[in-house]
This record gives sequence, structure tokens and C-alpha cells, in this order.
Amino acid sequence: MRHTITVLVENEFGVLTRVAGLFSARGYNIETLNVAPLQDKSISRMTLVTRGDEHVIEQIKKQLNKLIPVIKVEDISHAVHLERGMLMVKVKACSDHCDELLELVERYGGEVLDDHIDSHMILEFTDKVDVLDAILEALEPFGIIEATRTGPLGMRRGAEGFRVD
Amino acid sequence: MKLSGAEILVECLKREGVDTIFGYPGGAVLQIYDAIFKQDHFKHFLVRHEQGALHAASGYARASGKCGVALVTSGPGATNAVTGLADALADSTPIVCFSGQVPSGLIGNDAFQEADVVGITRSATKHNFLVKRVEDLALIIRQAFHIATTGRPGPVLVDIPKDISINICEFEWPEAVNMRSYQPVTSGHPGQIKKAVKKMLSAQRPVIYSGGGIMNASGSAVLLRELSHALNAPVTNTLMGLGGVPYDDSHFLGMLGMHGTYEANMAVSHCDLLVAVGARFDDRVTGKLEAFAPDATVIHIDVDPSSISKNVHAHLPIVGDVKIVLGQLLEEIARKNGQPDEAALALWWEQVAEWRAVDSLHFEQPERGTIKPQTVIRQVHALTEGDAIVVTDVGQHQMWAAQHYGFRKPNRFLTSGGLGTMGYGLPAGLGAQIAMPDERVVIFTGDASIQMCIQELATMYQYKLPVVIIILNNAYMGMVRQWQEMFYESRYSHSYFDALPDFVKLAEAFGGVGMRVDKVADLDATLKAAFEVDGERFVLVDVAVSREENVYPMVPAGAALNEMVLS
Ligand SMILES: Cc1ncc(C[n+]2csc(CCOP(=O)(O)OP(=O)(O)O)c2C)c(N)n1
Ligand SMILES: [Mg+2]
Repeated sequence: MRHTITVLVENEFGVLTRVAGLFSARGYNIETLNVAPLQDKSISRMTLVTRGDEHVIEQIKKQLNKLIPVIKVEDISHAVHLERGMLMVKVKACSDHCDELLELVERYGGEVLDDHIDSHMILEFTDKVDVLDAILEALEPFGIIEATRTGPLGMRRGAEGFRVD
Repeated sequence: MKLSGAEILVECLKREGVDTIFGYPGGAVLQIYDAIFKQDHFKHFLVRHEQGALHAASGYARASGKCGVALVTSGPGATNAVTGLADALADSTPIVCFSGQVPSGLIGNDAFQEADVVGITRSATKHNFLVKRVEDLALIIRQAFHIATTGRPGPVLVDIPKDISINICEFEWPEAVNMRSYQPVTSGHPGQIKKAVKKMLSAQRPVIYSGGGIMNASGSAVLLRELSHALNAPVTNTLMGLGGVPYDDSHFLGMLGMHGTYEANMAVSHCDLLVAVGARFDDRVTGKLEAFAPDATVIHIDVDPSSISKNVHAHLPIVGDVKIVLGQLLEEIARKNGQPDEAALALWWEQVAEWRAVDSLHFEQPERGTIKPQTVIRQVHALTEGDAIVVTDVGQHQMWAAQHYGFRKPNRFLTSGGLGTMGYGLPAGLGAQIAMPDERVVIFTGDASIQMCIQELATMYQYKLPVVIIILNNAYMGMVRQWQEMFYESRYSHSYFDALPDFVKLAEAFGGVGMRVDKVADLDATLKAAFEVDGERFVLVDVAVSREENVYPMVPAGAALNEMVLS
């Protein structure tokens, strides 16, 4: 089962290695990992996507909690939650297909970041993981020069927040 | 007060109440050694290899219940310390290790004696720090001791670049440590305590299984015994938990696991309630997992949540310090005036008595001829009245010591359980002797293990430590040979030495007393003589034991606990 886990950590030297090292040392797989500090620069929030049965996920949460700089861990997969990832993609462009391309961008709520009508465009999309997959597929025929994407960020719905108490 | 980093380190150690550190100097820690030279708050013991420093700190910590402290230099000093850190991590031993590092400006430049020590030791420590500013040093040291000694204890490393030890800043002692990301749970959840007591009082075939957690929670052994008596439940100990219950207690079943007693393993295999206290269901304990305590409801008390339901599902987890939780359980039993089901227990004890009657630790010692290793351990028990601090290396001798010594008290059996580190014995033994100068320390070692940290004989000599070292010399890597005999059709591939040193001469060369014995008839006199040496020198007794003796009973790796081989 795919699980999305959010983690608050002390934003200190080496914390990312500790988290990544934990996964490799214990043989857990890590599909994506996103991390950045927020307003309070002393804390970073991570969103981590992993796979495993309930037992493995339980251990992952406990092992994460055991890392000294980890403040809080939550598996949001069971809760009603939102996930969004971002995709940046450079596609070939030529005036023949331009309208089609722009139509696609609009359909998926994307944005054109860089526009060289007869050479290439850089597009940006923010959406669910599977939608980003679909977008990449839809762009394939135009000719993808390069692409880069983030893993998803995740957040529970509901009024309460995931923060340091 | 303006102090250099090195002076801050010394000042912090003083304020942490440190009286002893084990170390070895080098370029990156010279500033620190200079500060140590100028102080007299704590004593520095010079070991002969950094692995020895860590094991000595471990022996010191486990015998005394205090935090062990080690100091090593950068690069090779720190890499030599890694085994000792990993060992302490596996056995939850509180140690703070300081390592020198190349000056901050050179980090990452492949400087002389540079190693990525924080990287290398990340998975061998509970936590580690690289100090980036001298202003942070005091707080980091305070946190290091806090982390090492609380929750599930373990080793913490503080890497100090040379310039940090030289730089000067205003010294501020952080009175309290409060880390929002590290708040170990201490007392058990009251609801869980109530539920646990209910299950305990209704159990028909209970077993308590306790581990090293009892050693780390000072004062918990008494409570463990009280609980077993209140529930009239038998208790078994893990290797790390030996001494948790006195060996001659009516409720004690002996050690469980691969080389545990028949009664302990059978009781665990048939119990309907298993209460695990500060133990972690290691594979050497459980054998084949699917067949481990198949009928039991499992209550697991541990300070480390990640140990719970890791290998064996706990039906009722209680996270907390075992001493506090045991106290809570006893209180709840008293409050309810709870009585166990004596009728059912009578039948259970009858069954236990049958298993005990198998006498699985039995061995025959012929009156003449070669000495059985088990005899040596029993003899030493008699001569020390079961009161010695017993330290071992790793192998058959370790198992025989565990099976046959008979411990009265906790923190008296120091052995490398989790990592199984040959070489642990000598340095851990000297650390224990330094911690407990008035106690008798006996090290049981093997002809192979002793050679892994033999240089520490020089440390024993230098500090006049009257440790008694007993080699159960089978001229084999006995434990390896046993496995080769059992599982590789006796192909003894590289499990013996064609050239063993003369251990008596070796002891003498290192400034100690050497003795040799190879006949049963002479054993008692030799051991007595060893225990009567002046108290200023170490004594090494090289005991030639029957060479191909095997450790029994044994649960072959991967088999179930009730599939024991008795002989
Ligand atoms: C550092 C290290 N290397 C290898 C081993 C594997 N090993 C376990 S027991 C053993 C043999 C120990 O021989 P000895 O010290 O003579 O003890 P004996 O079993 O003969 O009592 C070996 C090689 C180990 N535990 N530790
Ligand atoms: Mg041997």
C-alpha cells in the first residue's frame, strides 16, 4: 500500500541524511521525499511517500520518531487529505501545434513559463500525481525535451493543523 | 567567564559529574588533552586502541550505571571507535564519545586524518553532532549526555573540529535541557496498566521474560522479582538480562533462547501470557518467529516504542521506563488486592517442574583428565560466591558463563549481546574494574577473542587493575567450530590457529601474572592462587579445556524454541 507521511523536523545539519539513511539502512523504500523550511526557519516539513504493509508503515513511523531531530510524524493516508505535486516540462514547440499545446496547458490549469514559439516552451503544472502522469503522457507526442517533477506535498483536510504544539 | 572550546569541554564534563574518561590522543584533540592536563576533576585512562576506549567506557557504564565517556582523535582514531559505538548501540549502553575533527576550514578537503565521522557513525550511534561554533559546544554536550542516558540509552558522538577546541567564547552552562523533538515517555499509560494487570491475574500459564532494560533502569530488578512473586509467575532472562532475577530464586527458569534452558524455552513455547519487560525479541531469543509463544497473549513493556511489535506482535504494549511501569503494575495489583489463579498456576508449576527435571545444563566432569569449560565457570562461581562482576568475550565461553555462573544481582554480567563483538572482554573488564575498584572482576575469554584487544593488558598493568582473566582455551574458535561440526560436516575451515601464543609469557611480558592449568585436579588450587595475587596486578589463567565440547542445549538457527537439541 502507498502511504503518505508528513514529518516535522528540526531544520538542522544532516537531518535529511538521517531520514534518508534510515530508509536505506532498514530496507524501506522511499518513493518521493519533499522537504523545505516554513515561516519558522527552525522547522522543516517533509512529505514522504513510501510503500509497505501496515506492519512496515508502523515501524517506519516509529523509527522516524526515534530519530532525535524528528518532532512529529503523521501518516495522512487514512485521513481525508490533499496531495499536490509540481511538474516542469520543456517541450518542443512549432507554430503548427501551438494552439493544441496551449489548449492542453489550459485544460490542465498549467502555466507557460518560457515561450519560444518555434523552438520550445517550458510549462508548469501543479496537480495530483496521477494527473501529472497523464499530462506527461499527453505531452509526449509534442516531444518532451526534459522534465522534472516533485513528489507530492500532502495536507489533511479539516480545520486543525499539523504543527508543533 | 571566557573559555576555549577545550576548556568548555572540561568544564562541562565536571558539571555532568564525570569522574572517569577513556581515551587516546592525536593531533586533532591536542588542545583538549592540554586542557585535561591542567585539571583534576576527572581521571583520564589511556587505553591502547580506540576500540578499547569505547568498550572500557561500556564496561564502566554497565557496571556502575553511570554514563561512559570516551575521547578519540580524528580520522583513524574515530574509525577505530566505530565498533565500540555499534556495540553500545546494540546493547543500549550510555556512552558519550568525543572525537577530534580537522579544523572546520579543512572539512571536505580530504585533509590529513580527515574522515566523515558524523557520516560514518550515523547508524552506529543513537545520535551524533558536529560542532560548528564554539558557542554551541556547551549545549551540545549537555544534550549529548541527556540523549545518551535517557529513554533507551545509547552512544552519542560529538565531533569537535580542532579550531572549535581552540576558539574562545563566553561560557554559559545550560541549566536544563529541553528538546521539543526528544521527549522519552517515562510512565506507562494508566489504562494499559489496568488492562495488563487484569490479564496477568487471569493467566493460567504466565511467563515473564526480561532483558537488558532491567539493567538500565536502576532499582527495577527488585520490582521484577516482586511482580513474579505477586503473580506466582516464572521468569526467564535474556543474555543481557541475566542478574535481573537471582539465579537461585524459586521463580527463575534460567536464560531463554538459542542456548537457553529447556524449562525456559518450553515454558515460553507453552505459556498463555508472555510479559516482556525491557527485552526486544531478538532472533537469538525467539528462534523461528511463527512458532514463538504461539498461544500467548503478549504484554510488552519497553521504553523504546520501536521495539514493540517489531518482531513479535504485542497485544498489549506499554511504553515507559520499566522501573516506573513495574511500580505501576505492582500498585495496581495491590490496589485491587489482586490474586492470581493459584489453581491453574499449581498445574503450570507442575509442568515447569517436569521440564526442570530434564536438567538441560547437566554435564559430566570426569574426575581425572581434561577440564570441562563448564566446570571452570562453576568453580569461579563458588570461589567468588556468585558475587563477581563477570565480563566475557564472544563464543562458547560466553554462553557457558551465561548458563553456569549464576548471577545474584543486576549489572554483574557484562557481555556483548547484540553485536557479539569479540574483543569486548578485556577493555570492558578494565572499565568495570575502574568503576568498581572494590569489586572482584573476572573476565572469561577465549583463545581467539582475547587476541582481538589483547593490547589492553598494558592498560591494566599501567593502572594496576587486579582483574582476573580466565581463558577457556580450546585452541579453537569454538563457537565457529561447533557450527561447522553441526552444519558443515565438520569441515573446520579456518576456525583454529596453527600458532597460539604462550599466554603465560604474554601475561608476564605485559607486566601481569600468568598461570596455566590443564588438569581438573589442579584447577581449584590454580584458581584460588589467581584470586589471591596481590591486588595490584592482573592475573591471566590459561585453562586448557576439552577441545571439542559443544554448547548445549541449543536451538539451531531458524528452528522453534521447542525444537531444542539437548546434547
Ligand atoms: C569481531 C568478531 N569477529 C568474528 C566473530 C565471529 N565469531 C563468533 S564466536 C567466534 C570464535 C570465538 O573463539 P574463542 O574466542 O576462542 O571462543 P570459544 O568459542 O572458543 O569459547 C567467532 C570467530 C565475532 N563474533 N566477532
Ligand atoms: Mg576458543
